[in-house]
Amino acid sequence: MSTSAAMSSATSSAPAGAANTAASAMIGAPKKPLEQPVSQRYQDMALAAKRRKRLQACLPWLVAIGVLVFWEIICRAFKIPQFVLPPPSSVAASMIKWWSPLMMNAGQTLMTTMAGFAIAVVVGLVLGVALGSSTMVYHGLYPLIIAFESVPKVAIVPILVLWFGIGTTPAIITSFLIAFFPIAVNVSTGIATVEPELRDVLRALGAKPLDMVKKIGIPRAMPYFFASLKIAITFAFVGSIVSETVGANKGIGHLIMLASSRFDVPLVFSGLIVTSVMGVSMYALARLVENRVTGWATRGRT
Amino acid sequence: MGTENFVEVDNVSMRYGLEGGTLALEGCSLKVKPGEFVSVVGPSGCGKSTLMRLVTGLWPATEGHVIVAGKEVWGPHSEAGMAFQNPIMLPWRSILDNVMLPLEVVEPHRGQLRAQRAMYEEKALKLLALVGLKGYDKRYPHELSGGMQQRASLCRALIHEPRLLMLDEPFGALDVFTREDLWFELQTLCSNLKPSVILVTHDLREAVFLADRVLVMSSRPGRIIAERGIPFARPRQLDDLYTAPYQDLVHDLRVHISAARKADASQAEAEHVH
Repeated sequence: MSTSAAMSSATSSAPAGAANTAASAMIGAPKKPLEQPVSQRYQDMALAAKRRKRLQACLPWLVAIGVLVFWEIICRAFKIPQFVLPPPSSVAASMIKWWSPLMMNAGQTLMTTMAGFAIAVVVGLVLGVALGSSTMVYHGLYPLIIAFESVPKVAIVPILVLWFGIGTTPAIITSFLIAFFPIAVNVSTGIATVEPELRDVLRALGAKPLDMVKKIGIPRAMPYFFASLKIAITFAFVGSIVSETVGANKGIGHLIMLASSRFDVPLVFSGLIVTSVMGVSMYALARLVENRVTGWATRGRT
Repeated sequence: MGTENFVEVDNVSMRYGLEGGTLALEGCSLKVKPGEFVSVVGPSGCGKSTLMRLVTGLWPATEGHVIVAGKEVWGPHSEAGMAFQNPIMLPWRSILDNVMLPLEVVEPHRGQLRAQRAMYEEKALKLLALVGLKGYDKRYPHELSGGMQQRASLCRALIHEPRLLMLDEPFGALDVFTREDLWFELQTLCSNLKPSVILVTHDLREAVFLADRVLVMSSRPGRIIAERGIPFARPRQLDDLYTAPYQDLVHDLRVHISAARKADASQAEAEHVH
């Protein structure tokens, strides 16, 4: 008995010893190599993230250049006539040639657009607050606004020209008429969808309806408001250019009509490109303001 | 109308919707003296939250009278500070601005806020420090944990020094340790400001630790079926909760609630048979 016990203890001690050394090897041996890789790995991850971000920033430019190159190749390969589709190179040439009239007319369009947009912001905000905070106003006005909004604005321009004459005023009004709608709808949605719990916090304090709108409704609607500005600013450009193509003697829309009547298609494209550059810059500006003002809604993510 | 009671709920019934709607409360009566801390416990769905909403005036009673500070309650009034089950912070305001919200609404603070902003701010910071939120005043709600937000919401309920504090399961969503910490802090706050308090909860230990009096509600339609005075001296210590007199009281309340739940079950069964 005693010998077998001694035997077993001897046999069991051997593997235990082996396991011990194995364990110490596992903990001890990789110590030096591991320490470096961990920090190395974090560095690699940070570098990869940085690279990805840089690529993301370049991506729109790369895609745009790719499209232009493709466009140029197609035009040359199939010998497409200038008055059907001019290649980017001749559009660029036309832009340089007509630079000063392009800029002058772009300035006019930018001015009418911004004026229309400014009025749209004020009217849209007031209307949105009224629609969102009063069910009476909502039921009274909303169907009317929808009915009005479904009328194509091109159809209204002739009337505006009749009333205000050819030029700046109809363009401002048209761009306002198109742009106020998304603002009003979004702001009213933001106010109307305030969580009942949030409302109860103020109601339990004995707050008046006006307090509720000021303390909860309007701040709550701000992310909606700024989101709608991005849509509204692009709509505003559509409005002013539509008006300029129908009845104006200035502006990018007028320039495009003039150029197309002379079959100067490269200049038409130049006008389109200038318009889209203005649209994108205004959009970027609206987004910048949005991130600054309503960071709470995205919790710092941008 | 007794001037002695700060809150009087007299034979109140509350039905949601019109005829045939759910009857949440029926013949419910309770009284709260000035500076008294009353806990209301009961099985879930017994109409505790409904009772809170009636006293704060968020909802009108279908029958009976609710009287606060000697006046019949017809709609929202400015006597109460309320903390809800969730913290419900306004996400666009910093913690300090959230806590100061009632001052922008309730008179007379509303008129004085602009002139004495520094004084009010100091008061808010003091309250925040008292619940362990020193240095978090400039943070936004989403940067704080649920328990920390709940502390801030307690401060918000107290900042305008309401004569009535309404607590609707304010610690329900918290872990046990945070909850017990907050019981202690609430006790400190109340002993400083001495409001009348109605606390709705289904945590019996919480009810006993905090209250001068515990009321037990029946299951729906809710009414008060039992009452226990809690005689223990203040300030109470958390360790006291594990002593025999506390345990006996908690057990006693537990028996009442079990009975109420059983009655509910047999009633449901009877309805089912019908």
